[in-house]
Amino acid sequence: MKRVQTKPAPEIVQDAHHPLEHYFRTERLPHIWCPGCGLGTAMSCLAAAFGELNLDVDDVSVVSGIGCSGRLAGYMRPDSYHTTHGRALPFATGLRVALEKIKPGNKVVVFSGDGDLFSIGGNHFIHAARRNIDITVLCVNNFNYGMTGGQIGPTTPLGSRGTTAPYGTFEHPFNLPYLAASSGAPYVARWTTMHVHRLQRAMVEAISRHGFTFVEIIAPCPTNYGRRNGLPTGLDEMRYYRDKAVIKNFADPKDAEIIPGEEFIVGTFVDKEKPDYFEIYDKFVNEHLRS
Amino acid sequence: MSANEILAGEHFLNGDVACAEGAIAAGCRLFAGYPITPQSEITERMAYRLPKIGGDFLQMEDELASIAAILGAAWGGMKAMTATSGPGFSLMMENIGLGIMTETPCVIVDVQRGGPSTGLPTATSQGDMMQARWGTHGDHEIIAYAPASPQEMFDLTIKAFNQSERFRQPVLIMTDEVVGHMMERVVIDPDKIEIYPRRKPTVPYEQFLPFKGGSDLVPAMACAGEGYRVHVTGLTHDERGYPDLSVDSQHRLITRLLDKIRKNADEIIELEEENVHGADVVLVTYGITARTSLRAMELAQGKGIKVGMLRLISVWPFPTAAVHAIAGEVKGIVVPELNMGQMVREVERAAAGQTRVRLVPHAGGGLHRPEDILAAIEEVAR
Repeated sequence: MKRVQTKPAPEIVQDAHHPLEHYFRTERLPHIWCPGCGLGTAMSCLAAAFGELNLDVDDVSVVSGIGCSGRLAGYMRPDSYHTTHGRALPFATGLRVALEKIKPGNKVVVFSGDGDLFSIGGNHFIHAARRNIDITVLCVNNFNYGMTGGQIGPTTPLGSRGTTAPYGTFEHPFNLPYLAASSGAPYVARWTTMHVHRLQRAMVEAISRHGFTFVEIIAPCPTNYGRRNGLPTGLDEMRYYRDKAVIKNFADPKDAEIIPGEEFIVGTFVDKEKPDYFEIYDKFVNEHLRS
Repeated sequence: MSANEILAGEHFLNGDVACAEGAIAAGCRLFAGYPITPQSEITERMAYRLPKIGGDFLQMEDELASIAAILGAAWGGMKAMTATSGPGFSLMMENIGLGIMTETPCVIVDVQRGGPSTGLPTATSQGDMMQARWGTHGDHEIIAYAPASPQEMFDLTIKAFNQSERFRQPVLIMTDEVVGHMMERVVIDPDKIEIYPRRKPTVPYEQFLPFKGGSDLVPAMACAGEGYRVHVTGLTHDERGYPDLSVDSQHRLITRLLDKIRKNADEIIELEEENVHGADVVLVTYGITARTSLRAMELAQGKGIKVGMLRLISVWPFPTAAVHAIAGEVKGIVVPELNMGQMVREVERAAAGQTRVRLVPHAGGGLHRPEDILAAIEEVAR
């Protein structure tokens, strides 16, 4: 029998603090998310990314819309704004532009779900990407409206079931990396919550780039999506990602479609230099006014 | 703010431009808007002016985004405004509620046009008065002003900013196409402009409760990056700003949000009285309708009728006590409106059956003929 080397259990130290604790409103934990949900993993990755960037809590703001993902803003220590359904991006745009005057280079991270960002907020997404406003958008895509009980959304794969599609969806879903890339985003990546290190690295890259950066985070929702679609536990969905996710950097985002039962691409799709909103504003407006 | 950023002196301006200049004089440095008639002059003026004085202009993708952006800008530490007309005002209802719930200071201008729907894009109306009051869902109080001239567009826009900071909530300018487009003399004296600054926390982070009202029920505001790490949510929240979806928490929060306006209404309500004392008939008017009513009043006085006017400069909160007192002393009240009867309901409520209340309706698109208002005055005086 092969012996497995395990790490010794860490010693419990009284009054010790987790090295990332200062990024959390610990008094609000535990969170409301279901067992098996991917949101906790995504939140951990975000805190780890903040830590890796050595970001001061007061140098970043977190903005969310409505839904399960929208609740993240309330668990993180930075100034955080839990706005209305779909409107996280325009709120974040006003916040980011105003803050540039007071704290140039401050970070604004929008963390929200697929329904919030791409159904009710879809128009705001394409316009924020077009403007190339310096905001990082992290979209947890769990393929359904979890908070309201498992209705289908704009990313639900064709044929999947939800409470509003008892016979399976009959509408084509969005391919989010393709949508983000064709709207002009200079950084586009997709990972699942199984790829924690790569996801964390993508968040670090997205936050440190200038301009509109986008990371799709494919995450399990066993309670409302997996259960109805043959993947009843979080672990089942993680195994599915292990078996079907194919890492391929700089693939054509057109090929990033998600079809149930078939392999799908994860990786960095776009990572390029492109002048952001503030640079262009300076070039056209300020130069004109200076002359 | 330096005084040379204000358009000082005497100018010939239309109401929309005067509104934009009032905002700048009040310290507004971010405007987010979407083109719509008849307010486009406000948006265009801001696009021209703000970059020159270190401000920001954002043309957003729609009015949902415009109001969301100004709420975000307010939390980013700026004074911010948006302007629209009926169809866009309808879209803004959602985040007017967020502004009230999160106690976010900002100013929203509605240059009213005929509705419903696309209605009369280029012609006047006062058809959004009740939408202003009740358009967003849930219990709330509203602060709204109704300018009657370009000078008031300037002055009341400054006042709207001051009240939005004073009471920490969105304030509405409910004007109309005629006031927006009429050109008149506007006198701007920077020395006479008073600014109410944003109330900042006076205690350190550990002791700060961002949604605990002071003695006047209004909390101090810590913006992004100031070290107070505030959580702001449209959910029912406790004094820390954290979601608390209990019956008690809802009761406490909503009561405070209503009371901070209701108990301080005297600081908001602004009225202008003309010949009210001793009058047999009083006109209750607001905005452009006050000006058509002036001619009707002259005609009635020429016929020997004792007629006065109560002009509502602020329309919300409604001056119930003032109207109630007048109703006890007159034969009747006449309410001309560029709608089929909106504020008249408030006048009737305030009059409480003490006197006759006569509406002079107009579906919009033009102004009342003074003769029609005169006929109502004569009917009531009989």
